[in-house]
Amino acid sequence: MRNEMEIIFDALSDNEGFARVAVAAFIAHLNPTLEEMADIKTAVSEAVTNSIIHGYENLQGYGRPGGKEEGIHKPNPGKVRLCCALEKNILSIEVIDSGKGIEDVERAMEPLYTSKPELERSGMGFAFMEAFMDDLEVESAPGQGTKVRMIKKIGVGGWIEHQC
Amino acid sequence: MGQIATEDFQVIDSCLLIQLPEEIDHHGAGFICECADRYLVREDVRDVVFDFGRTRFMDSSGIGIIMGRYRKISCFGGRVYAIHVDRQIERIFRLSGLNKIVEVLES
Repeated sequence: MRNEMEIIFDALSDNEGFARVAVAAFIAHLNPTLEEMADIKTAVSEAVTNSIIHGYENLQGYGRPGGKEEGIHKPNPGKVRLCCALEKNILSIEVIDSGKGIEDVERAMEPLYTSKPELERSGMGFAFMEAFMDDLEVESAPGQGTKVRMIKKIGVGGWIEHQC
Repeated sequence: MGQIATEDFQVIDSCLLIQLPEEIDHHGAGFICECADRYLVREDVRDVVFDFGRTRFMDSSGIGIIMGRYRKISCFGGRVYAIHVDRQIERIFRLSGLNKIVEVLES
């Protein structure tokens, strides 16, 4: 049985939490372990954050509650598309933006590399996606946006228990 | 969902204690960094302790927060500690190599 969902949301940092909780809810009926759930949420969070701050370079707000410096709100922040598909217990997630794209994908995926050191981010985004998911593919070209595709098998822990 | 507030920052002796929020992502990270840095500049802070007691989620933004503070205090001999660290957060520490600069204290 195949089950799909797709959401499109504005590329604003407020939506990072929404995106990962949406994916978590989508897979909840598979009874994933706490660890699997945390892995998936972290990977989604990394990919969506990348689209927002690198793809569209939306740096406004930056999470200041009631802040005086709300920053410049772009009238058109751009959209992030999040597509999930479940095929039995295999989850694939696509995070797609039509932002500025990545010139050198290989370099961007190096641990600790960041194109925006002034943001005090760790440069571990892609490394985390790779570590927490079973498979990661990145398609991108300058001006063409970025598509991140991740796959994870859910319930592997349960399967091992079953076999023993 | 618990946003971080100014009550979550406390200076005890020469130690800045930061009570981290329930979810640490890029959205809230800027504010945490900004508040922490204000204390580092204003008060006589040597070490920083991050309290993960409330935290249920963290992504690589958390690494950025800790690494950034570490850079600012380590040149004055300050150290970074973490308390109430659960398994998932410890995994993230290990994966990012952060366990080499942060001392996780059992409490």
